[in-house]
Amino acid sequence: MTKAPDETGIAPQACRLETGGHIDRDRTLRFRFDGRTLTGHPGDTLASALLANGVRLVARSFKYHTPRGILAEGAEDPSGLVALGRGARHEPNTRATMTTLTDGLEARSQNAWPSLRWDAAALMRPLSAFMPVGFYYKTFQWPPQVWPLAEPVLRRMAGLGTSPRQPDPDTYEHRTAHCDVLVVGAGPAGLMAAWAALAAGARVILADERASLGGCLLKERTVLNDAPAADWVQTVLGELTSDSRVTVLPATTVTGQHDHGFWLAAERIYDRPDTDPAAAGPRQRLWHIRAKQTVLATGAIERPLVFAGNDRPGVMLAGSVRAYLNQYAVAPGHKAVVFASHDEGYRTALDLVAAGIPVAAVVDPRADVRGPLPDRVRALGVPVRDGYVIGDTRGTASGGLSAVSVHRYRTGGDMVSVGEWLDIDLLATSGGWNPTLHLHAHTGARPIWDAETLAFQPDPDRGPAWLAGACGGLKPLDAVLLSGREAGRGAAEAAGLRLPEGGSPCPTVAPDDPAQATAGTRRAALWAVPKPAVANGKRFVDLQSDVTVEDVALAHREGLESVEHLKRYTALGMGTDQGKTSNVTGLTLLAAARHQPIPEVGTTTFRAPYTPITLGALAGTATGEQFAPVRRSPLHDVQAEAGAVFQATGLWLRPRFFPRDGETLAEAVQREVRTTRERVGMVDVSFLGKIDIQGPDAAEFLNRVYVNGWTGLPVGKVRYGLMLREDGMVLDDGTTARLAEDHFAMTTTTANAGRVMEHLEHALQVYWPELDVRLVSTTDAWAAIALAGPRSRQLLTFVTDLDVSNDALPFMGVATGDVCGIPARVFRISFSGELAYEINVPAGYGETLWRRLSQAGSALGLTPYGSEALGVMRIEKGHVAGPELDGRTTPHDLGLGRMVSTKKSFIGHRLLERPALTDPDRPRLVGLVPEDGRTRLLAGSQIIAVEHAGAPPPIPRLGHISSACSGPSVGHPVALGFLTGGLEQWADQTVLVTYPLKGTQVRARVVPPQFYDPEGSRQNA
Amino acid sequence: MTRYSALSLIRQGFAGHNGWPRVWRDATPRSGYDIVIIGGGGHGLATAYYLARNHGLTNIAVLEKGGLGGGNVGRNTTIVRSNYLLDENAAFYEHGMKLWTRLSRDLNFNVMLSQRGVLNLAHTDAQMEAFARRGNAMRLNGIDAELLDVAAVQQAAPLLDTSPDARFPIVGGLIQPRAGTARHDAVAWGYARAADALGVDIIQNCEVTAIRRDRSGAVLGVETTRGLIGAEKIGLCVAGHTSQLAAMVDLPLPLESHLLQAMVTEPVKPCLDTVVTSGAAHCYISQTDKGELVFGGDLDGYPSFAQRGETPRIEHICASAVALFPAFSRLRLMRTWGGVVDMSMDGSPIIDRTPVPGLYLNGGWNYGGFKATPAAGWCFAHTIAHDAPHPLVRPFALDRFARGATLDEKGAGPTPALH
Amino acid sequence: MMLIPCPWCGPRPRVEFTYGGPDPSTHPRPADTAPLDVWTRYVYERDNPKGEARELWRHGAGCRQWFVVERDTVTHAVAASEPLPGVEDPR
Repeated sequence: MTKAPDETGIAPQACRLETGGHIDRDRTLRFRFDGRTLTGHPGDTLASALLANGVRLVARSFKYHTPRGILAEGAEDPSGLVALGRGARHEPNTRATMTTLTDGLEARSQNAWPSLRWDAAALMRPLSAFMPVGFYYKTFQWPPQVWPLAEPVLRRMAGLGTSPRQPDPDTYEHRTAHCDVLVVGAGPAGLMAAWAALAAGARVILADERASLGGCLLKERTVLNDAPAADWVQTVLGELTSDSRVTVLPATTVTGQHDHGFWLAAERIYDRPDTDPAAAGPRQRLWHIRAKQTVLATGAIERPLVFAGNDRPGVMLAGSVRAYLNQYAVAPGHKAVVFASHDEGYRTALDLVAAGIPVAAVVDPRADVRGPLPDRVRALGVPVRDGYVIGDTRGTASGGLSAVSVHRYRTGGDMVSVGEWLDIDLLATSGGWNPTLHLHAHTGARPIWDAETLAFQPDPDRGPAWLAGACGGLKPLDAVLLSGREAGRGAAEAAGLRLPEGGSPCPTVAPDDPAQATAGTRRAALWAVPKPAVANGKRFVDLQSDVTVEDVALAHREGLESVEHLKRYTALGMGTDQGKTSNVTGLTLLAAARHQPIPEVGTTTFRAPYTPITLGALAGTATGEQFAPVRRSPLHDVQAEAGAVFQATGLWLRPRFFPRDGETLAEAVQREVRTTRERVGMVDVSFLGKIDIQGPDAAEFLNRVYVNGWTGLPVGKVRYGLMLREDGMVLDDGTTARLAEDHFAMTTTTANAGRVMEHLEHALQVYWPELDVRLVSTTDAWAAIALAGPRSRQLLTFVTDLDVSNDALPFMGVATGDVCGIPARVFRISFSGELAYEINVPAGYGETLWRRLSQAGSALGLTPYGSEALGVMRIEKGHVAGPELDGRTTPHDLGLGRMVSTKKSFIGHRLLERPALTDPDRPRLVGLVPEDGRTRLLAGSQIIAVEHAGAPPPIPRLGHISSACSGPSVGHPVALGFLTGGLEQWADQTVLVTYPLKGTQVRARVVPPQFYDPEGSRQNA
Repeated sequence: MTRYSALSLIRQGFAGHNGWPRVWRDATPRSGYDIVIIGGGGHGLATAYYLARNHGLTNIAVLEKGGLGGGNVGRNTTIVRSNYLLDENAAFYEHGMKLWTRLSRDLNFNVMLSQRGVLNLAHTDAQMEAFARRGNAMRLNGIDAELLDVAAVQQAAPLLDTSPDARFPIVGGLIQPRAGTARHDAVAWGYARAADALGVDIIQNCEVTAIRRDRSGAVLGVETTRGLIGAEKIGLCVAGHTSQLAAMVDLPLPLESHLLQAMVTEPVKPCLDTVVTSGAAHCYISQTDKGELVFGGDLDGYPSFAQRGETPRIEHICASAVALFPAFSRLRLMRTWGGVVDMSMDGSPIIDRTPVPGLYLNGGWNYGGFKATPAAGWCFAHTIAHDAPHPLVRPFALDRFARGATLDEKGAGPTPALH
Repeated sequence: MMLIPCPWCGPRPRVEFTYGGPDPSTHPRPADTAPLDVWTRYVYERDNPKGEARELWRHGAGCRQWFVVERDTVTHAVAASEPLPGVEDPR
């Protein structure tokens, strides 16, 4: 196996086997690990390539910072976590085993400083005796200064890798797919299931988390139909991929089962072997799969045996050792011991010998082991130590495994304390297999303990999916293949398809295949080997969270003895691997400590996702500007042209102001207000919600949803309305015009447009289906411009033949006709308090209307204005808006109590009678002006009594300022606010407007909340 | 009770940690108690503890249908704060904040209170004004609050995207510096241990199936899966299932049970030192001491007792997290879970006597039960002990809906899913 | 994600719908003349069933119709849906 450096000077792959493996030896890929340049081949994972180069130490553990290597070969690996990429593409905590090796891959170790080999934090290890599980709950309580000092230290010790610091340059997407049969897992059972379902004509999605499909058929030396199993895999995959009804998704993890046949699957596109890295495209894709039927063929996960020093790099799962030998042609060590509690250990020994790796012993806790596999191993001259266990390990300076001690063992835990040391660097270990039932259990199925196989088996009643292969119970390979075929056919039939007579035949398995021999053999219920009196290492149950057998015992001793408590107290299974190799072992140890059978101790809840999903994939395309839809008025572009500065308001982008050369916000607003008040201004009001209401009962309907009366409103008139929730609080306000006897046009506030529509539809459909009324939202159908100011009528006459005189179109009137040659509705309503017209035209004509009005208005000094100036003018006028309609105010609170009809019923009218809502001491709307006539009152200020100036908290509040402005039209700052008892109690009195966040206080006089033209002579002009 | 301290850790370290006693006794039910608290979560355990400590009442049982602390106390996003607008809420939660700051010492159990600040992000000027209104009210109520400009926000959370091009640009924020997080499980265990030490019986795997009453209607005790247990007074602390327990005495409540999801990423080294919330993005984010980023968001929006949520909410919360922190896009979501919360009709809780003599109610905690744990326990204990509501919880009375004195912090009205 | 069977549009993903409270047949809006406490109970109190529930839902992203769904609040299983009383079931 030793090779000389090649001409490039890069070290050869010292642990690559000469032959075999499903790798492409013709192509060499270069990658870097911790700055060293190494090589591998297509078909490698990062883990297999590291092992091929003899790299065994890859990480440091979470708590004790002890050396960690690669334990497994798949998603279950708890310890081989590395950082990938650089800069903005840095990615922490990635499993080396699940990373497809690509040319130029950059990987680094993490959670170690200054280097992986010499980690300062590991010096803490001697203190570990004083840091048992949950030690932090027991100290740092006192004095209070201690914990704030200790916490940052603990935080820095924890945490594994580091977060990227820059925005992710890659993209992600979501895709929705429907199918008859979803097959999860493309091992022997999954391939058969997909093939059989297709044979029945089903639309099939086949997803597998691995980049290379075939599952155990690639990892073992299996022969199917007298040929290597990989040939059969290629044949079936060929059948599947060539059929348009099938979607085959490699490197795609089905991460969760959700309600009603909904499955989430994360596709790591860059890990797919068929992805061209040069072609720009999304990095990952999240599939939303709605499947009529699902076959789970997720296999089983091997669990390690627990013994002292079982965390050293070089200790590896026995099945994973076979995968590295057979799939990747990698020798994970130079000399091995196999330690397993069942017959599969012998299978690993056979493969090791076949690969030319000496096996010092097969150590088996069972006494007197006989059978085809043990006999074959013995025949090869490999020592079989049945009735023995591994008790301890030794390591090299860098932490790698160098020796194991073998101890005589009798079932029941009686172990000879002194063992015999064997010098080896690879220990293949297996404590049995756990069917992979995560997806099965996500929607509530509870796996059942089976004492025969020493594993949880699926809940036969609860799971909504078909189970095939090992996840439905361990079985010989021919039975696995058959179960896949049956599940595929069953699923297809249940999805409504007709089954064919034949098709998709199961391949023939060689009778002497080890996979035929091991499934049903005797298994030792050995979970943790006793610790010898003097041991070098700890006995780790969870290699990532650093949970030991002693920790489990301590948790039990302290009464944290339910599965859930154990998990939360020790962090067992709470790592990035979610305890795939440790949960069941932890549970059995807990059961033993409680002297209870495992079923009584229970199982933990399986929670999605099966393996972690990047936030980017979950966000999909909802990033940046696409995080939320942007709503733009039909007048957006023309206003942008006019120099508008926009502000996000809800989903809308609204013009805030229109600065002219160098103007500040305040200057521009001042000018826009002055121009409008003195001449004429125009503002985009397309944002207001608009609802078209038609039908013979339309007026009656409005009567029932508004507090004021509507039946008497003449055609051609507009009325201001106030709408309540059932609890009597104001939901929304706005104007509604009667265009015909049976036709009304309602406006709502921008923020509540959706909610009001839903409210009205609810009322109409659920409360009063007898009313003959139709509703449609027309918010997006109209462009709306308000023309305001003393010259607005004049301007309007330039562009319309409509009679817009005060007689023909008085305040609160509506007219229909052409404006600027465009069919329009003209509402004589005013938010600013000026003579004003709101012109609505079909949205597509909005821009034309804006341009023509601008043109016609230039002679009159027309200015466009934005939401800021609009806000200033409505405050000066004393109109309520969002800050006043905060969901806690009644009509009375707003000073609109006289609008509330006493002659009819309407939504909210009964609960409005409740005592607390009619209390005269409720905060009610008032106006406030600074006593000094100068100092701004700030929205968000609180109001207190003058005598409470400088008082210590808590200071009783009298109310607050809801809206405020500098009052450019009235010559002094003004504010709207709510004050306990309202004007009745406070008119003309002085209160203190306080803003403790800035330390300011202003004496203010309470006045009626109308500052500008309270008589309304301007708007009525 | 063996006191926990650095010294006891060292001593036990030399003894192989063989001498640690149980955190709480696993009590078997006796035939009767003065007071039975239903629900062995944070609120139930805190109530029992304060009944014993503040009121000298120790003949108490806490009944838990499953394992202690398995409900919402172990399913929340661990945020502790008192940044409320309404005076009634502010006074109550601020009392809680004071209890939090000395809780580790009171309980002799480190609940890992981390006063790292809770920062609410404002994305519009209107929001900033609403924050100012709340922050000013907090100050008047003696609660710490600071208004931050964009630069200060950036300093508090350097990885936040504060650029003006963001879809919802950040214009500032309101921070309560004393607020923060606490280790949720530790709160349950710490209260359990302290209550147990004062003589309270904590009985797990004991589900209440009926409430027994005498002819006058007063409570006599509870029927449980472990037999009949007599009680003169019964306190309900069963967040998520309050309606079900109240239905045993035909008491309809203004509650709806909804599903609230939370989730964590894989752990990373410290990268976020404060709790960040955004109303526009509908999410809240913090980092645990272990290094996981914890996300929470809005309800799924319909009644559910399933303790597992739907993917659209998860996707939206993650999109929100990435919108706020674009650098987090490559981190991975590791675990999601759901809790069943009692949503009340005004978004505020209920602590009160009930029309049934001897039956007391603590429920309707909406999103906020965890942070309320000490104050709720304190006030509910008082309410039970004196058969009269503690002054701080008088506003949380059950009849406030009939009176119209709702405490609608969000102004959302009687639609539970909107609070 | 649940599939909600809209009587008009067929089964659609839950995100297209909003939940709107209990079935009005079992939780009717009181008459205007009903006593205040009846109104208070209507607006505020809920049966909040754990298990089978009859609920009001709205297909906001589709036909905008309100209708009744029979759903289990524990398992999320949807047994049936029907239009409001007096509305013909289009199916």
